[in-house]
Amino acid sequence: MAEILTIGFLPLVDACLPILAHEHGFAEDEGLSLRLVRDVSWATVLDRLLYGHSDAAHLVAPLAIATTLGRGRPAQPLSVPFVLGLNGNAITLSSDLARQVGAGDKLGDPATVGAALKAVALARANAGQRLRFGVVHRYSSHNYMLRYWLASCGIRPDHDVEISTVPPPFCADALEAGEVDGICVGEPWNSVAVERGAGQIVLATAQIWRRGVEKVLALREPVLADKRDAIERLIRALCRAAKHFVDPENWEVNAAILARAEYLDGDAVLIRRAISDRLLLRRSEEIVAFPDFMFQYREAANFPWVSQAAWLYTQMVRWEGLRFDAEEAVKAARVFRPDVYRSALVGTGEPLPGASSKVEGSLLQRTLVGTQQGSMILESNRFFDGRVFDPSDLAGYLADLP
Amino acid sequence: MLHRSGAMRIAIIDESTARASIIREGLASLPDCEIFVVSERRALVARIEEIAPEVVLMDLGNPSRDVLEEYFAVSRALDRPIAMFVDESDDEAIAASIDAGVSAYVVDGLSAQRIRPLVDVAVRRFNAFSRLQSDLAEARGRLADRDAVDKAKRILMNSRGIPEPEAYAEIRKTAMNQGRKIAEIADAIVTAHKLMGGK
Repeated sequence: MAEILTIGFLPLVDACLPILAHEHGFAEDEGLSLRLVRDVSWATVLDRLLYGHSDAAHLVAPLAIATTLGRGRPAQPLSVPFVLGLNGNAITLSSDLARQVGAGDKLGDPATVGAALKAVALARANAGQRLRFGVVHRYSSHNYMLRYWLASCGIRPDHDVEISTVPPPFCADALEAGEVDGICVGEPWNSVAVERGAGQIVLATAQIWRRGVEKVLALREPVLADKRDAIERLIRALCRAAKHFVDPENWEVNAAILARAEYLDGDAVLIRRAISDRLLLRRSEEIVAFPDFMFQYREAANFPWVSQAAWLYTQMVRWEGLRFDAEEAVKAARVFRPDVYRSALVGTGEPLPGASSKVEGSLLQRTLVGTQQGSMILESNRFFDGRVFDPSDLAGYLADLP
Repeated sequence: MLHRSGAMRIAIIDESTARASIIREGLASLPDCEIFVVSERRALVARIEEIAPEVVLMDLGNPSRDVLEEYFAVSRALDRPIAMFVDESDDEAIAASIDAGVSAYVVDGLSAQRIRPLVDVAVRRFNAFSRLQSDLAEARGRLADRDAVDKAKRILMNSRGIPEPEAYAEIRKTAMNQGRKIAEIADAIVTAHKLMGGK
């Protein structure tokens, strides 16, 4: 009989892999039966995971680290053996603010948009009316990407602008009502805001960090140990789902599945746009293509690079205003489990990177890197400001950040 | 902040006003509680700041949980941090509340004896509410079924000129032969009739 695994998720396009692994029978082929549990807040997804309602969860990557380190609640070690995708988020500004920063009919250059935004942000701060931004969670890549971009453009988060949590389904409302001036959220919520005329998409987070880690598959460490075999089978099923997801042949059918009431309960047209890397930036305009807006499969995208966990930890320290703690850094890095990924996928033909960590942001062009089977090509993974993250010197990296 | 001495300030955040009042009613039986219901999601944080509760109850299906948790994490206004649920070691109570679909945030330092009964009541009330809802859904389903059967009977009576008992017997026989529910057959008749241009 198939082993049952329960997986929690939030209704977002990047919850696609567990859903498709279930719908296309990839999980079944691995002797698994997936029960997918939808929730509407990360807090609830996490509660279900921590108290055994679910075996694994679709989770914002920094939250897996924060939970392991005991931020906000008692520490519980989580493990991430598989990354569910890179990027796929965007920054949408209210129509007013978009106009003020000169947003046009293409996605702008992050540094140029940032410079224009800085002028507006400082003027507003001086007038005692700081710009307000919404992110989906305090411990989200959205929060870190937005802050990284702002800070590199000379805008100090929490000083010059306010950043607070706005749940994804309320983002469009909050923009429309003027509660926030901008949001950083995943799809389909930017597109929903655009369709409603509430704002304009000005940047994709992939422009801030070309290969930024986004959602992960998170489990409690003891659950990973107990159900190791089933989890490895799950990883194989997710990998097949990833390959299926990026194939243009399947976009139509996958968008229709994701749109269903039990999953995203959303508009298949908007979902299809996101998964085909196309965006409508402003209502009633042309749709623009932005390659690798979402990044679910190529270049071993699902490989949990330890260096990515380390980068997230540096951002946590940076924005919490805490001192860098070498012991915590080690704990944070250990959340990502490339060893489990490799052991699950050995012999499947999927490229298995030889290293577990890499210097992030150092590839400016296509580069050949070693894998256990030979090599694979990685494309640019740069940060928009050209900064390079060397996981062997976290303290140095932190000291050097604006 | 000083409040009515001894009374525990409890905020119930629930967009379902029906459920909120069921919980409020339950908690009202506890001594020394002052209860505030917040059903509006706008300006949630400002409202909580104003109430300055020692206990916050919120349903797990509320998207604003992440907003509330962020507020607790960053708030400088609260001098005592808010801990999740009853007591970190009280796993059973936490599991029961998650099962029921309610989360509780409690100001650190409140004694477990004071909080436990309150969370127990909330859990019971949440469970009672969901039972109520499923009963209601079932009753609605039964009504809809009866409506479909009535319509189907009328269609057969009109189109074939047979009396009501016979029309019902036809539907029942078909359902038995096909191993389906009477309501399903009735639905099929109504749908087919609509497709054929009937009203």
